[in-house]
Amino acid sequence: MSAPSNVDIARRMQEYEAPKKKRNKINWVPYLMIAPSVFIVVAFLFYPIGTVFYYSLFNYDLSAPYYNGFVGLENFKEVFTADKMFLPSLLVTLKWVVTQVGLQLVFGMAVALLLNQAFKFRGIFRAAAFIPWAISGVLASVMWSLMYNEHMGVINDLLMRIGLISESKAWLSDVSTAFGSVVIAELWRGIPFFAITLLAALQSIPNEMYEAAKVDGAGRRKTFFYITLPQLKNTIILTVLLRTIWEFNNVDLIFNLTGGGPAESTTTLTMYIASLAVHGSNFGYGSALTVISFCILLIFAVVFLKVTKYEKEEAER
Amino acid sequence: MNRTMDRWLTLRLPLAVMLVFTMFPFYWTINTAFKMDGDIVKRPVEYIPTAPTIDNFVIAWSNVGFATYFKNSLIVGVSTVALVLVLSILSGYALSRYKFKGKRAFMVMLLCTQFIPRAMLIIPLFLIFKNLGLISSPLSLIITYAAVEIPFTTVLMSGFISNVPKELEEAAMIDGCNRIQSLRHVVFPLLVPGIVATGVFTLIYTWNEFLLALMLTNQQSKFTLPVGLSYMMGEFNVNYGALAAGSVIALVPAVLLFIYAQKHLVSGLGGAVKG
Repeated sequence: MSAPSNVDIARRMQEYEAPKKKRNKINWVPYLMIAPSVFIVVAFLFYPIGTVFYYSLFNYDLSAPYYNGFVGLENFKEVFTADKMFLPSLLVTLKWVVTQVGLQLVFGMAVALLLNQAFKFRGIFRAAAFIPWAISGVLASVMWSLMYNEHMGVINDLLMRIGLISESKAWLSDVSTAFGSVVIAELWRGIPFFAITLLAALQSIPNEMYEAAKVDGAGRRKTFFYITLPQLKNTIILTVLLRTIWEFNNVDLIFNLTGGGPAESTTTLTMYIASLAVHGSNFGYGSALTVISFCILLIFAVVFLKVTKYEKEEAER
Repeated sequence: MNRTMDRWLTLRLPLAVMLVFTMFPFYWTINTAFKMDGDIVKRPVEYIPTAPTIDNFVIAWSNVGFATYFKNSLIVGVSTVALVLVLSILSGYALSRYKFKGKRAFMVMLLCTQFIPRAMLIIPLFLIFKNLGLISSPLSLIITYAAVEIPFTTVLMSGFISNVPKELEEAAMIDGCNRIQSLRHVVFPLLVPGIVATGVFTLIYTWNEFLLALMLTNQQSKFTLPVGLSYMMGEFNVNYGALAAGSVIALVPAVLLFIYAQKHLVSGLGGAVKG
């Protein structure tokens, strides 16, 4: 075994320097490496999204193929003029997203601040606090339905013991409590996500800033509003945006806990689309609704990033 | 005196509230799973089963079909993880070690996918897989889950690879390794923790995903755990004991995986959101 010659080393080093200087010699290696990922993402994410726009212009009902065909903007016209579910579901969506994201942010921040303190067994408490993040929506639905149940539910029993209610309630099938009940169950699963991202961001705030604030005599409240919150701003904006999109589309809990009822009080737009799709009715119409919900989210995202001035502040600071 | 008060108000009390809120649903599910049929609906409520039984688990596993659901979830989960890991290591390596034309476009494409509403996919993917004849085939779920996960895991992986100093690889090449050898003997061993974390995140996702699995499966023998649970919940006469036991069966792997990987969670997931 002879040591590699200088020429060898030079060749290898050159091989390593990926970007080739000469234009006519394209290095194909990185393209080959990303090709499978690009293919699968384009074919099974981007292409399907594209077809939604296409199908939204068609009648496409698997059970009544006789009427299938191009209908132009008929589906959209029907959504806006004849669909009695569309507007109410949009309002429920608004209520759902605002309460979910708002409460998740507040409680997630509280949990993150709590778990950022120094105390014994912090690791165990962190793990315990984050566990619901790993639980599926369906599982969470089962777990909470066992607790909400009118006949065997523990929530009724506990509330009756404290004396808050006098007789068992059917939390999930009563119009006045169904929405709130689903919200609480979803909070259980959603708070950890905010807590995790905010905790990660909290840990990246340099300690010197807090020391300086202490020297300047800032109290806990001032430190939070003048140091912690501004430092977390970009994380909060991005997490709120991602979470809004996520909750807008999240139907696992609603689907399994209430199925959108009672009296459609928990039917969000996505829940409406999902139930149409699952029951296999007109896919063209479902696609039109999907296109509309996509546009709503797109407009929201653009406006949200504009209004919150994401990253711009970062550069100025 | 004042300090201890403060400690109780800002730390111990909130911690206790948080813990009770987080843990109570687990406790109640496990409690229900071990109760006999009659005891589940008994009043006053039994907070600790007086006559604990494992009947519910036996019924859920063999009669209701959780053995099948579990097997299906495992097949889909493990295959997706394998596919996602191979593809995201490749693309993550390209992103972190090469400069190439279109790299930025590729990154933007990955970012865009994070904003695609997942619920948008149910109708078109159903139609695509129907045309391919893959409805109720595990393959449809494996491909779909991989497509959904790859953007995130690619970014995650390129971060892990960037953390391996380039100089180590260069040194190995100077010592006579070619690129493949240096990857195998130098980079790969250092990547193992990152690969494990990525794999666990992917597995948890596939283990939990519901809506796409519901849409792309129409035979009970092909149900994954979430679809099976949902199906059982929707039945006319729900067997609550077996439902709770089935939940525990679905729960255990997710919780164990989570506890195993949670150390990476704050840095991994948090870092990815921070971007």
